[in-house]
Amino acid sequence: MATLTLENVQKSFGDTKVIHGVDIDVADGEFIVIVGPSGCGKSTLLRMVAGLEGVSGGEIRIGGKRVNEQEPMDRDIAMVFQNYALYPHMSVAENMGYGLKIAKTPKAEIAARVQEAATLLQLTPYLKRKPRELSGGQRQRVAMGRAIVRRPSVFLFDEPLSNLDAKLRVQMRLEIKQLQRKLGVTALYVTHDQVEAMTLADRMIVMNAGVADQIGAPLDVYADPATAFVAGFIGSPPTNFLPAARFGGAEGEMLGIRPEHLTLGAAGAGRIDGRAVSIEPLGAETLVHLRLEDGTAVTVRQEGTAELPAEGAEAGLSWATGEEMRFDDAGRRLR
Amino acid sequence: MEKRVIFKGIWLPLLLVAPQMLITAVFFFYPAGQAVWQSLFIPDPFGLSMQYVGLGNFEYLLSDPYYRASFLTTAVFSTLVTVVSMGVALYLAVLADRLIKGSGTYRTLLIWPYAVAPAVAGVLWMFMFNTRVGVITWYLGQLGYDWNHVLNGSEAMGLVVVASAWGRISYNFLFFLAGLQSIPRSVIEAAAIDGAHFWTRFRTIVFPLLSPTTFFLLVVNIVYAFFETFGVIHTITAGGPQQSTTILVYKVFADGFVGQDLGSSAAQSVILLLVVGALTVLQFKYVERKVHY
Ligand SMILES: Nc1ncnc2c1ncn2[C@@H]1O[C@H](COP(=O)(O)OP(=O)(O)OP(=O)(O)O)[C@@H](O)[C@H]1O
Ligand SMILES: [Mg+2]
Repeated sequence: MATLTLENVQKSFGDTKVIHGVDIDVADGEFIVIVGPSGCGKSTLLRMVAGLEGVSGGEIRIGGKRVNEQEPMDRDIAMVFQNYALYPHMSVAENMGYGLKIAKTPKAEIAARVQEAATLLQLTPYLKRKPRELSGGQRQRVAMGRAIVRRPSVFLFDEPLSNLDAKLRVQMRLEIKQLQRKLGVTALYVTHDQVEAMTLADRMIVMNAGVADQIGAPLDVYADPATAFVAGFIGSPPTNFLPAARFGGAEGEMLGIRPEHLTLGAAGAGRIDGRAVSIEPLGAETLVHLRLEDGTAVTVRQEGTAELPAEGAEAGLSWATGEEMRFDDAGRRLR
Repeated sequence: MEKRVIFKGIWLPLLLVAPQMLITAVFFFYPAGQAVWQSLFIPDPFGLSMQYVGLGNFEYLLSDPYYRASFLTTAVFSTLVTVVSMGVALYLAVLADRLIKGSGTYRTLLIWPYAVAPAVAGVLWMFMFNTRVGVITWYLGQLGYDWNHVLNGSEAMGLVVVASAWGRISYNFLFFLAGLQSIPRSVIEAAAIDGAHFWTRFRTIVFPLLSPTTFFLLVVNIVYAFFETFGVIHTITAGGPQQSTTILVYKVFADGFVGQDLGSSAAQSVILLLVVGALTVLQFKYVERKVHY
């Protein structure tokens, strides 16, 4: 249990800069999720915290102590890898106890702590099996078990659920969250899945091309995105972007409106007209996809009971001015 | 799903394995049969007639102290060749595995010795260690060491071991490197996070995961040391001094072709065959159990 601080952390591979100075202050016991598209540098950032990549600039502190130069084993962290990285030639129990054995912990204590973790993760029947004799979900648990047995002060997760099927992913997501709460360990969790990020995080960091665009509680980030990228990345279906010049804004500025803030009316009655190109009824809600005159695609999310335009028909779009988000030509939010 | 081909009838499958069987028959079963047959006879000095002696050749051999000494020589020689060539290759492979830049060049250079024929390698080492004109002999002389493998049995053994192992290192290196690179990086990283330093990781993770490769190389290298080192020994020491480097396969040659004792030579080949066969079976039975596939 410890705080984790990144201060202007940077990373270059040769001449290519992939992390452009990231600052985070993680409180003790907090669950932080780093979310962003593929290749934005999430794994690289996590691996720097783990000590698996060198730090090109800035400082990383765990529990207030600078760890830039420390080996992974001296940082008091545990990591769960995307492919689990279990030791294929060891049994489940040996996998979980490996770190303790290296630390020369007495055998009886290793056995007790492995047993305890196995009970917590419902792995007791599989302790003698080899990883290849387990299902994906069970392997995932073993990887978690290996992390918790050592009682580290920080957990690091690199897309731990992306190899599981959708249903198992939802279940493991809940379990990870409960486990982290129960153990009270600081956690840094990387994912490209915004639903995972929204549901797990106390605070989330939205990364874009090596820069932390925004840090905040999931609902705050959703309600008040700091950049056009964040507005487009968080939320599904994504935010609609319209050229602001048509609504009295400056040239190059964009207007962002969430699909649920748009309402449909008769053609000509709204602020702009669009042609309904496809309609997706999802039961409780319906998504209406429209195309504006200039070709911009717009999605409207409305109640399942609301009246629907016919496919191919013109409809008028309206929204409350208070729901608009304005972005300058570099994608920064204008307040 | 794995695709399986099912043949109807027996002729097509037989036809498909026939070339392989034919080669094995012509180059293995036929000569082996001949050896077994000849080992039961003693030909007269002019090669005109053969006298049946039953197991006489074997009895004579097993009571021959020179032959028994050759067993010991073979054991020492093949153990040393295997350990040296595999040990050095593994060490180099571990170094190359950690290298990111320039590993291609390093690898290519290390493969070159493999292209050198054993007899040529033998000549090379013989010249370097020649008692009168050898470069290394001269340097050793400067350091005050009097190298003479023509008279000193241990030095002769050392030299043939090094010369035999040298050509083998590249081959072993390639396999070890491929084995090392097939171990997922994240498994090593997980061990590092779990607290294992380089040597502990090697001992508890890398080496066990490398065991299929090690086992394969063990079998192949022992067979190599038993048979294919003939050229090296022939060019460097010709089995001497005082038979101190006469391994079993060299004795087959020396007694048969040089000594013209064909019956004994044939009996020796049969014994050699049995020894290698037994060794391989033993390895598969006992060593393979410790292998993690
Ligand atoms: N060892 C390396 N050498 C050079 N470039 C690298 C190296 N590792 C990563 N990169 C580059 O750094 C950038 C960030 O990579 P990283 O693996 O952190 O992405 P990511 O956000 O984890 O993506 P994903 O969601 O696909 O895992 C990528 O552009 C990648 O090409
Ligand atoms: Mg990644």
